[in-house]
Amino acid sequence: MSLFRLEPRGEASKTMLYATPLLAVALTLASGFLLFLALGFDPVRALHAFFVAPVSSLRGLGELALKATPLVLCAIGLSIGFRANVWNIGAEGQLTLGAIAGGGVALAFYGEGAGWWLLPLMMLAGIAGGMLWAAIPAFLRVRFNASEILTSLMLTYVALLLLNYMVNGPYRDPDGFAFPESRLFEEAATLPILIAGTRVHLGALFALLAVAGGWVLMARTFIGFQIKVIGLTPQAAGYAGFSQKRIIWLCMLLSGGLAGLAGVGEIAGPIGQITPSISPGYGFTAIIVAFLGRLHPLGILLAGLLMALSFIGGEAAQIELSLPKAITGVFQGMLLFFLLATDVLIRYRVRFGARRAAA
Amino acid sequence: MNRRTLGKTLLGGLAAAAVALGAGGFGAGPAAAQEKLKVGFVYVGPVSDHGYSYQHDLGRLAVEKELGDKVTTSYVENVPEGADAERVIEQLAAGGHKLIFTTSFGFMNPTLRVAQRYPDVKFEHATGYRRSKNVATYAARFYEGRTPLGLIAGKMTKSNIIGYIGSFPIPEVVSGINAFTLALREANPQAEVRVVWVNSWYDPGKEAEAAKALIDQGADVISLHTDSPAAIQVAQERGLYAFGQSSDMTRFGPKAHLTAIVDEWDQYYISRVKAVLDGTWKAEDTWGGFKDKMLYLAPYNPALPQDVVALAEKARTDIMEGKRHSFQGPVKDQSGKVVIPAGQNATDEQILKMDWYVEGVVGKVPK
Amino acid sequence: MTELALLGPILAAMMTAATPLLFAALGELVVEKSGVLNLGVEGMMLVGAVCGFAAAVTTGSSTVGFIGGAAAGAAVSAVFGVLVLFLLANQVATGLALTLFGIGLSALIGQGFVGIPLADLPELNVPGLTDLPVIGKALFGQDALVYLALFMVPAVHWFLFHTRAGLKLRAVGENQSAAHALGYKVIGIRFLAVLFGGAMSGMAGAYLSLSYTPMWAEGLTGGRGWIAVALVVFATWKPARVLVGAWLFGGVTIAQLHIQGLGIEVPSQLLSMLPYIATVVVLVVISRDVARIRLNAPASLGKVFHPDA
Repeated sequence: MSLFRLEPRGEASKTMLYATPLLAVALTLASGFLLFLALGFDPVRALHAFFVAPVSSLRGLGELALKATPLVLCAIGLSIGFRANVWNIGAEGQLTLGAIAGGGVALAFYGEGAGWWLLPLMMLAGIAGGMLWAAIPAFLRVRFNASEILTSLMLTYVALLLLNYMVNGPYRDPDGFAFPESRLFEEAATLPILIAGTRVHLGALFALLAVAGGWVLMARTFIGFQIKVIGLTPQAAGYAGFSQKRIIWLCMLLSGGLAGLAGVGEIAGPIGQITPSISPGYGFTAIIVAFLGRLHPLGILLAGLLMALSFIGGEAAQIELSLPKAITGVFQGMLLFFLLATDVLIRYRVRFGARRAAA
Repeated sequence: MNRRTLGKTLLGGLAAAAVALGAGGFGAGPAAAQEKLKVGFVYVGPVSDHGYSYQHDLGRLAVEKELGDKVTTSYVENVPEGADAERVIEQLAAGGHKLIFTTSFGFMNPTLRVAQRYPDVKFEHATGYRRSKNVATYAARFYEGRTPLGLIAGKMTKSNIIGYIGSFPIPEVVSGINAFTLALREANPQAEVRVVWVNSWYDPGKEAEAAKALIDQGADVISLHTDSPAAIQVAQERGLYAFGQSSDMTRFGPKAHLTAIVDEWDQYYISRVKAVLDGTWKAEDTWGGFKDKMLYLAPYNPALPQDVVALAEKARTDIMEGKRHSFQGPVKDQSGKVVIPAGQNATDEQILKMDWYVEGVVGKVPK
Repeated sequence: MTELALLGPILAAMMTAATPLLFAALGELVVEKSGVLNLGVEGMMLVGAVCGFAAAVTTGSSTVGFIGGAAAGAAVSAVFGVLVLFLLANQVATGLALTLFGIGLSALIGQGFVGIPLADLPELNVPGLTDLPVIGKALFGQDALVYLALFMVPAVHWFLFHTRAGLKLRAVGENQSAAHALGYKVIGIRFLAVLFGGAMSGMAGAYLSLSYTPMWAEGLTGGRGWIAVALVVFATWKPARVLVGAWLFGGVTIAQLHIQGLGIEVPSQLLSMLPYIATVVVLVVISRDVARIRLNAPASLGKVFHPDA
């Protein structure tokens, strides 16, 4: 490390705050160019398919918003916990429970001419389902000191198997030839579409509300202050009389509830029924989104959109160029690496050559 | 990150060139291929799974080989069965594909929704039951293949315990277990089938563990309805027998591999693409078996005695000629109740909805 | 066959099911003891699995394959190490990105290696001992890698708690600033730990693709990397408890398959939940002593280190 060294800045650089994502994207484009070239694909067309084609129509932009919705919902909740050192990594399971609970409500009132109240009830059930699943790790942590990293992760597998059990049993469509799927939800149990010609549903609005709510909570409330203090200096929080247990409960329930909302949004939105596979790993991807957005609500919104674009772009590249999915994964990994690596420039400046006194 | 911010902020040349050239490239591409029919395929697994999705992709390649001067094909692999499927299917439709094959059950409702929005595009959904004006369905009678397999197992088992590794308890798999068990008991009334569900279509580790567990419980022949060859390897190592699934898995256990049910979509895909080219395509249901060349048996293991091969071959040709049915009455369920009376065969609907075991299977269908 | 007679086979299968978890979890334990959290175990295992398999197929030697897997695991972990140690990137996010990267990279490398069979590793056979009832096959009838994984348990313990290098590593993980003040090379030590963790994850993957299911398929590891990460927490950062956790998880996994095979009328999905639930329950039981857990968790875990900060 004698070629260059990092020197801490007095305070975070505002310029770099905005410049680093652009630098990362530029680096990704450059290395992606080389990667595609090396693998024998037309790099210009590939990059076009990845970043331009998916968002060059209203439908495409709608798909981007649709894909980002569950990511942002989960990531906002997780980010608040991460700030307080509450490591909920089981959002995927909480999302699944939200779908199981919210979908259960939709099925319970199937064919009974439910009114306007059905959707709000489903949303509440979804939130409650996610909260319940997050409450288990919270309780085990607070009462028995069991690490929520392990318990929330293990409960994710349990949730996925539970979903599998439900669609093969109680939720199974009686007219569905014994296939593991529920009935298609009725109109009253389906989220309204916000923009005609797209699949963007009311859930996208919830995601924006979550972003705003998350920002208010962290920047403007005493609870947000407590969360930040506990995260940064747990001892100081103890002296100030902040209850760590209360914050753990709060963070787990909040992140679980938002993940549950994301889950019920998926089944009442684009999927329209309960199926054995509701989420392609949104709960896990949301962890990356949370950190990519630097645990800041606005950052998370942007990071969620970028992540969504990289998934959708991968599909477009497959269709246009027969680019195998494997290359998409490598490319996505590179994008993330660059984004994470260039973050260093916000807090540090690079000095070349030997060590010298800090300016 | 939308197009506007990209154009405004990116380090000049590269991105601008990318956008400009990319757009130019697209302009030139479709013009040259204007007359060719674009056919799209949506796969649930990776093309390289050497199982279910791989066999579908062989079908795609057969279309390209046979009709390459009239069609171009594209595919999307590893598509999750959820909200993403609809987008992928729609992207294909919006991109000018006029015939789209969606090859997994979970794509059923997304396919129907997209089909409604693209009435001039033709869709084909595999293994589902809902059709519409421009959505056809197709599937293979995989259970037919289980009959010769069951007969072979009945003759080859010494312990009279057969292990069966299931993926998910859907009718396709349950009817396979039942067809297998009926034939097994015909060849060997003492034999029984033990089922272990791994709740996955493709997880070599779990499938190997399931195979070991079944063998440790005394099974000496393993049948599977999951896609990886892991169980064949275990059987080979233990010096026992197993049947392959989806594709010929002989090379993973030359001694153990007795035969395999191989999916084959080549003929079907070629005929459907031709139908679109001729303008004779209809939204119908195709449920084909041995007769329609949708499945065949991999070469028999040379170690199989001649009479056992003859028995299996007779069953296969009888099924092809309509002289035999995999579910010939009387068929009893586990409680001994006759579900399919003597002299009758199971109806297609009974097979498609099957969620009960026949006599000879240990345990209950998970519900 | 009585149910009791199944105990021997269950134990033997448990030993093999636990082996990949052991390799990966012991590696991750050392990484975390140095104060670094690498959530990319699943990705490193996949790269190790495919490279190990490719090396074995190309050279015809399982030994070369196994070493190749370890080297490949270490190589991708070096990417992680550079990012989090030299460029101070966030560890949780970088680890998850490494998993995404590893899934894609392994699939890309493996394109030419799908559908190729590979001979299984030979198993030990000690006349007399291997034929012992119940424990014979489990203890004396496994392949070499199973024993290597078992050997790593005391080896890692000895290294961490009875060598000077291990003491330094723990000091760095416990209090990075103090260790730095003492003149320990915090970043260098952590980088070596990350490489070791990568190599162990690579071995875990190579065990899967060379011995457990001798083949390559996309996503071959099937989430075992995540279980390994959880086992480190389960073990409260103690090597011997990693062994207990791996046996518990592997044992329950195998046992539930046997319960299914016997036809006991419980839905398979509920039975499949057992390994996860059992791990949680046992964790709860052993976590109740608050003071002891705190003593074991490395205090600097996941924290960014910069000498001037």
